[in-house]
Amino acid sequence: MKIKNIIFYAILGILALLTLATLILIVGYLLINGLPHINMEFLTQDPKMMGKEGGIFTIIVGTIYVTLVAIIISTPIGIAAAVYYTEYAKEGIIVQIIRFFTEILAGIPSVIFGLFGFAFFVVFLGMGWSVISGGLTLAIMILPTLIRATEESLKTVPMSYREGSLSLGATKWQTIVKVIIPCCKNGILTGMILGIGRAIGETAAVMLTVGGALKLPTSLFDSTRTMSVHLYMLSSEGLSQEKTFATGALLIIIVLIINTTANFISSRLGGNNGN
Amino acid sequence: METKFKIKNLNLYYGNFQALMNIDMEIYENKITALIGPSGCGKSTFLRTLNRMNDLIPNVSIEGTIKLDNKDIYNKDYDLIELRKRVGMVFQKPNPFPKTIYDNIVYGPKIHGVKDKEKLDYIVERTLKEVALWDETKDRLHKSALGLSGGQQQRLCIARCLAVEPEVILMDEPTSALDPVSTSKIEGLLEELTEKYTIVIVTHNMQQAGRVSDYTSFFLNGKVIENDKTEVIFSNPKDKKTEDYITGRFG
Amino acid sequence: MKKYEKVIEKLILISAMIATISVALITVFIFQSGISVIADYGVINFIFGTEWSPGSGIYGIFPLIAGTLSVTLGSLIIGIPTGIACAIFLSEILPKKFSKYFKSAIELLAGIPSVVYGFFGLVVLVPAIRTYIVPIFQKFNPNVAPTGFSILAGAIILAIMILPTIVSISENAIAAVPIEYKEASLALGANKRETILKIIIPAAKSGIISSIILGMGRAIGETMAVLLITGNMAKVPSSILDPVATLTGTIAMEMSYAPPSHQKALFAVGIVLFVIIMLLNVIAQLSVKGLGGKRN
Repeated sequence: MKIKNIIFYAILGILALLTLATLILIVGYLLINGLPHINMEFLTQDPKMMGKEGGIFTIIVGTIYVTLVAIIISTPIGIAAAVYYTEYAKEGIIVQIIRFFTEILAGIPSVIFGLFGFAFFVVFLGMGWSVISGGLTLAIMILPTLIRATEESLKTVPMSYREGSLSLGATKWQTIVKVIIPCCKNGILTGMILGIGRAIGETAAVMLTVGGALKLPTSLFDSTRTMSVHLYMLSSEGLSQEKTFATGALLIIIVLIINTTANFISSRLGGNNGN
Repeated sequence: METKFKIKNLNLYYGNFQALMNIDMEIYENKITALIGPSGCGKSTFLRTLNRMNDLIPNVSIEGTIKLDNKDIYNKDYDLIELRKRVGMVFQKPNPFPKTIYDNIVYGPKIHGVKDKEKLDYIVERTLKEVALWDETKDRLHKSALGLSGGQQQRLCIARCLAVEPEVILMDEPTSALDPVSTSKIEGLLEELTEKYTIVIVTHNMQQAGRVSDYTSFFLNGKVIENDKTEVIFSNPKDKKTEDYITGRFG
Repeated sequence: MKKYEKVIEKLILISAMIATISVALITVFIFQSGISVIADYGVINFIFGTEWSPGSGIYGIFPLIAGTLSVTLGSLIIGIPTGIACAIFLSEILPKKFSKYFKSAIELLAGIPSVVYGFFGLVVLVPAIRTYIVPIFQKFNPNVAPTGFSILAGAIILAIMILPTIVSISENAIAAVPIEYKEASLALGANKRETILKIIIPAAKSGIISSIILGMGRAIGETMAVLLITGNMAKVPSSILDPVATLTGTIAMEMSYAPPSHQKALFAVGIVLFVIIMLLNVIAQLSVKGLGGKRN
C-alpha cells in the first residue's frame, strides 16, 4: 500500500513539476538568448534588409496601431454586450442563443478569423491589407474575452447598489453608467489588458489581414507588420538569429508585463469597489 | 391631517402566488406609519409598491390603486422617475455607493440636474446636519463612504435620500443591521424628520414601532389585520391576532 | 423613461448581438468563398483525395487531415495525463498558498503567443529531435525522416499549449467536488490516493472531459506553432518522425502567395476546419451545460 501511494504522488509531482519546468525553460531560454540583443538601436531603428539588419521600430508602431484599433472598437461593444446580459436581458431563448454564439466565437481558431478577415474586410469591403482590416478582425476575435471579463465583474455588483440608485430617481441607464460600471472598472480593465495581450500575440489572423509591409504606416489603410508576424517571418526565413531572438524575447516580456498587470488588477485591487 | 397615500383594494402577485390581498390603507402626511408583522407577511412587499421598486422583480403583477396626492402612481402616464424622486427609500442594509461621502449625497441632486457646485456643497452640509452626521464627517467628505461604520453608513443613506428632497421616505427595517447605539440615534432622527417628511417604516421590532410611530398597521399573511393609531394598536387592539402578535404569542 | 434611454437600449441589444452576427458572417464568408471548390471537386474526392498539389489543380486534403489528426492525437496523449495530474496536484495536494502561484504560472503559459512556441520549437525542439531521437529510430529503420520537423515536434509543442486549458478547467471541476464526498470516503477508511482515484476524479469526470474537448479544439485550430515545426509536407505520414502539413498551417502558409483558384481551395480547407471545430465546440458546450446541471 505504501509503495503504491509513493508512486502515485511521485508521478503527480513529477508531471506537475515538468509543466512548471517547461514554462521556465521556454521563457528563460528566449530571454537569455534574446535580451542581449535588445537595445535602444533595436527599438528605435527601422528594419533594414527585410529585418536582417536594423531594428523593429516600424513594427512596434504597426503593432500598436493594429492593437489600438482592435481594443478601441471591441471595448465599448464588449461592455455593452455584458451590460445587456446582466442588466437588460431576461433569461430566455434569445439570451441563450446570444450566449451560445459568444462561446462559439471564442472557440473559432485564429486562422479562420484570418480567412474571414481576408474575405470580408480585405476583399469584400475593399479595405485591402491594412491596419483597419487587421484591427477589425482582431476586434471580433477578442470580443468574447472582453464580454466575459466585464460580465464576471458586473455580476459581483450588489443588487443593493442598483436599488439605492433607482430609489433616488435615477433611470436605469444613469444607474448603469454612474454606479454599476464605475464599480467594474477593474474588471473591465483586466479584460482590456487580456484582449491587448491576445491581439499582440496573434499571428495567423493578422498575417492574412494586415499583410507584412515594413514601412511606417501613416494611415489606417496602410499595410504594416506586427511583432508576432515579424517573428514568424524572421524564423521561417532564417534571416537573422539575433533579431529573431530579440523579437521573441521582446514579445515574451510584453506578455509577462501584460499578464502580471492583469493579475495584479484583478487580485490585489479586487474585481470591485476600487475607489 | 392630510392624506398622502391612499391605497385601495391592492392585490399583488408573484407569478401565481398572491403576496398582498385587498389592502386598503391611508398614510398621513408628516406622520410616521409603522408596518409590523411576522416575516413573510408582505409588509416589505407593500412598502416597495409605494415607490414601485417591485417593478424590478420579474413576474410581479398588481391590481388596485395607490394614489399619491390623489394621483394613481400605477397609471401608465405616471412619471416613475418623478415618483421615486418624491418617494425616497432607505434599505435594510446600508447601501452607500463605493464613492466618497460627498459623491454619495450629490448623486441624486446631480442626476436631477443640479450642477452648481455651491448649491451641491450646501445640500451636502444641510443633509448631513439633518442626519447628525456632519460633525463626524465634515473633515472626510472626500473619503470613501465604505470607511464609515454601519450606523454612520445608514445615516449617510438617509442623508442621500434627503438630498433629492423627497416628500415621503420609505424605510425597510432601517435599523435591523445596526447596533443599539446607532439604532437609537436613527430613531431619534425620525422624530425630527416628520416636521418635513412623511415616513413609512417597516420594522420587526415591536418596541421600535411603539416608540417612534404615530400609526401602525399589522400585516399577516398578505392582509392588513388592523390599522390604527399606534397607541390604540398597542393598548387596545380590536383583533385577537394583533393582540397575540403584540404580546409576543407568535411571530 | 426618457427617450434617449430607448435608443441606448437598442444600441446595447445590437452590441450584444455582434458576436452572433460575427459568427454568422464568418460562416457565410468562409462557405461562400470555398464551397464551389468542394462542390466542383466532389466531397469524397476532396476529403479522401491523397494528393494535395494546388499548383496543378489537385485538391485532395486527406494528407492535411491526417497531419492535423496525428499531431492533435499526439498532443492529447502527452497533454491529457500531464494536465490531469497537474490539476489533481494543484487542487488536492499542493497547499493553497503555493497552488495560487502555480496557477498564475500556468496562466502565463496560456498567454504566450503561439508564434513564440513555434519559434522555441524551431530552435530547440526540432534540433533536439534531430540529434537525439532520430538516431535511435535510425537503428530500427534507416529510412526514417532525419530533419526533426515532425509529428513528434508538433505534438510536444501542442501538448504544452493545451496544458493550460486542460489544467484550469479540470482543476475547477475537481475543486467543485463537494467536500462531503471526500469526507465520506475518508471516513470509510479509504486513503487519500483511493479517494482521489475512486471518488474525486469520477465525480469531476464531465468537467475533465470538457477540458479535453476544449484542449483538442485548441490543438486542431492552432496554426503558427505547428506551421514552424511540422515541416509542411502534404503527405500521409507513416512514422511519428515524418513531417506533416496541417489544415491550419497549409492555409496560413499558402494564402500569402496563392493565386485566386488556389485561394478558393484554401477557403475550402477552411470550411473543413471550421466544421470540425464547430462540432467540437458544440459538444464541449453541451457537456459543460450537463456539468452545470449536475452540480445543482
